Amino acid sequence: MNHLDKLESKSIHIIRESYNQFKNLCMLWSIGKDSTVLLCLARKAFFGHVPFPLVHIDTHYKIPEMITYRDNLAREYKLDLIYGENAEALKNKQTFPDKNVNRIECCRLLKTEALRNTLSGEWTRYRMNHDTGKYEVSKDKEAYTGVIVGVRADEEGSRSKERYFSPRDKNNDWDVGDQPPEFWGQYKTDFAPGTHLRIHPLLDWTELDIWEYIRREDVPVVPLYFDDGTGSRYRSLGCYPCTSPVESTAKNFDDIIEELKSGKFANIAERSGREQDKEDGGGLEELRKDGYM
Amino acid sequence: MNNSEQNDLNIVIVGHVDHGKSTVIGRLLADTDSLPLGKLEQIKEMCRRNSKPFEYAFLLDALKDERSQGITIDTARSFFKTEKRRYIIIDAPGHIEFLKNMITGASRAEAALLVIDANEGIQENSRRHGYMLSMLGISQIAVLVNKMDLINYNKKIYNNIVNEYSQFLRKININPMAFIPVSAMRGDNIASKSKNMTWFDGMTVLETLDNFNDAKQPDDLPFRMSVQDVYKFTAANDDRRIIAGTVDSGILRVNDEIIFYPSGKKTTVKSIEEFNAAPKNYISSGYASGFTVTEQIYIKRGELCVKSVETEKIKPFVSTTFKASLFWLGKEPMDLNKIYSLKIGSSKVDVKLKKIIKVINASSLDEIQTNGRNLFVGRDAPGAPQIPVGVADTPFQKGAINRHEVAECILETERPIAFDTADIMPLTSRFVIVDRYEISGGGIITENIGDEYSEIREKVLLRNFKWERGNITPAMRAERFCQKACMLIITGNQDADKKIIAKTLEQDLFNEGRIAYYLGIGNVLYGVDSDIKNIYSNAQRENREEHIRRLSEVANILLETGAILIVTATMLTQDDMDLIKTVLTRESEGDIITYWIGKNIDTDIKADIIISDFEDSDRASLMIKKDLQDRNIIYN
Repeated sequence: MNHLDKLESKSIHIIRESYNQFKNLCMLWSIGKDSTVLLCLARKAFFGHVPFPLVHIDTHYKIPEMITYRDNLAREYKLDLIYGENAEALKNKQTFPDKNVNRIECCRLLKTEALRNTLSGEWTRYRMNHDTGKYEVSKDKEAYTGVIVGVRADEEGSRSKERYFSPRDKNNDWDVGDQPPEFWGQYKTDFAPGTHLRIHPLLDWTELDIWEYIRREDVPVVPLYFDDGTGSRYRSLGCYPCTSPVESTAKNFDDIIEELKSGKFANIAERSGREQDKEDGGGLEELRKDGYM
Repeated sequence: MNNSEQNDLNIVIVGHVDHGKSTVIGRLLADTDSLPLGKLEQIKEMCRRNSKPFEYAFLLDALKDERSQGITIDTARSFFKTEKRRYIIIDAPGHIEFLKNMITGASRAEAALLVIDANEGIQENSRRHGYMLSMLGISQIAVLVNKMDLINYNKKIYNNIVNEYSQFLRKININPMAFIPVSAMRGDNIASKSKNMTWFDGMTVLETLDNFNDAKQPDDLPFRMSVQDVYKFTAANDDRRIIAGTVDSGILRVNDEIIFYPSGKKTTVKSIEEFNAAPKNYISSGYASGFTVTEQIYIKRGELCVKSVETEKIKPFVSTTFKASLFWLGKEPMDLNKIYSLKIGSSKVDVKLKKIIKVINASSLDEIQTNGRNLFVGRDAPGAPQIPVGVADTPFQKGAINRHEVAECILETERPIAFDTADIMPLTSRFVIVDRYEISGGGIITENIGDEYSEIREKVLLRNFKWERGNITPAMRAERFCQKACMLIITGNQDADKKIIAKTLEQDLFNEGRIAYYLGIGNVLYGVDSDIKNIYSNAQRENREEHIRRLSEVANILLETGAILIVTATMLTQDDMDLIKTVLTRESEGDIITYWIGKNIDTDIKADIIISDFEDSDRASLMIKKDLQDRNIIYN
């Protein structure tokens, strides 16, 4: 087994375990490369099917290509796609682009709050109807007890301490100091009522692993990751007011992998193009606990 | 070499507090040029400015700080490369939740470096970590005797440590690949040979690591795969019924005959299933896999799949009672006779601690009697006070396994599980114990003990294995007859007329066009049982058992025909039911339904339905029929 085979098999095992053990399971799909790899792993795990909904939190400030790509892939793969949003904040213009709140607060409102309330079923979920190709208000309001998230341990400090199956209490809080042991492929799949589990099948993957896997499996990713001739590309995707492209002429998988291995990005953080990280006074850490950054 | 194709080795660095684990990691990263550009110079400069002697551990701290600022460096797993392969160092961090985290980290490793301070000598956790490595099944271990510079590179002190620690390791069946005298601080024998210890002619740490074997997939062991799930995505127009799981060991090919334990069902591999990959005709250890089978036997999660031909040599045990070595991590002690869950492979079953053979101090290997326990030291941060965890938060208890203790014990599961023993097949001997919602312990099965039904189960497994079917499967019969084969046991106290109800039910079902059969007990007693029919003399419990076994065997054949079988019995106990279930390893749990006729249940039986209004047999029959509809046993 080579390195990618090992990572792939372990992730598939974890995804299958979640599907078996959680009645209300969903997978977060941020449209980025990591959660798209996760989606492809799920299709492998279930031999071409994705037997649970994918949940996307739409801030309505995503780079437009991301939403087009999302809907196209959902139709092609026949995905049970759900999106949620913070309608209230958007209506009241409580956003950074509207200049009413700072970046961190904007993230909290449009992502964290929207995520929490979409997962719990308290806010409206929009579900793609594959007959019409349009989104409809979903009648399903049951809270998800298992949420598959594409975080990687190498992204930043606190995530390196994560477990594959990570318990959260009612407020989505995570107790870093007292985490369940994980060994011999046995995970925490029992949980008290009112709590839920975050499941992290990509924990062991690095950014380089992700790209090498994308190349090997020909995973469809948003073209924004490649230089379109302007000498820049996105290394990490987010909302357009807060995400800037990096200078790079990488036009394909090989170029990107080369850049990460020995080129200009070998020692530079992946999220260096994300403005909200720079504004972080500790608040971002809190947001990150929700695993949707 | 391509990153994805290069070999990896996961290593863990363990040892007592302050014996230099971080320094070893820092030195390995520095000497293999695995640090971010300029990092080493930056830290050295910082130390110079603060008039602090440089330490490699500072380097790790600095990396951690940076990581929290978003740089992609991860000290929970650090990477370095040699010519030969890529190494992933797994940090086994030491907070107060010490052992839990150490085990989580170390269990992912394929090899370990155990660090002992030459100056301080062998300490409690030097031994305890060694013991845990052996429990976790990590066999490639090198022992680094560190801080040799502090003892002036003294060969004699080094040899004493080697001798003492070797003795300890021998007791726990670990044969280390090497002992190496090092000074991680000064770089002696880490990446290059030390000039200060010319008396040492062994390999350096890096050479030793490169000399470790690649983590080999256990392809040469017999095939084992725990069934994780069975998929059929009919809604998406996919008719394949795929048995999925991750292969523990061995290789399985198309056309291989396989057996599932504990049910003993057998079938043949029809196809290996893959998605977005080249077609394959075999699966091998380590891979998350899936396959289809030729016969549509009912298999569910928790069964252990093995290859028929290999069972002649090494066959898994199927039993409820076994001996195990166990370590306990729970906040509450593990109590005798309390109900826990046991997870082994993909199966999960209720379990209780039946007997504690002995509790061992994992460091001294002494047997712990009652008091005067040797406690765990729970802080690993340099300079932190050494707090005995057990005293701080756990009330010690006799007749229990306390937190952080290791024990030899006997466990008893509520229903039989399939397993191997650790001496031959370590992977499929491993289990964890769940207390309420938490994984609270782990262990390895060392010996099968067997239980009162072991003999009967053996017979049943052999019967299932030898069972020959025509071309008609149970599923085909069910579809044709619009009913699921099942056994209805009508029991109750003496005065209830169970026979009349049973016969009325048979008649009602027959009139509807169902295939139902009332099996009179006497029919079995004077025929099949004629040699042992003296069953009701209470002294002959064994005969009663044999009678129930035979009755169940007859029932098993009748159920194969797709019939709804109706039997009556007086005062059936739960023991009797367990025996019937042992013999009738039918397709699913719902295949045996017990109806208790009477107001109150007089035995310990867990009846499915109580029919208290039994005076009118027509009404009782109607109630049962309604129940069968609700259960989807009869339809259309």
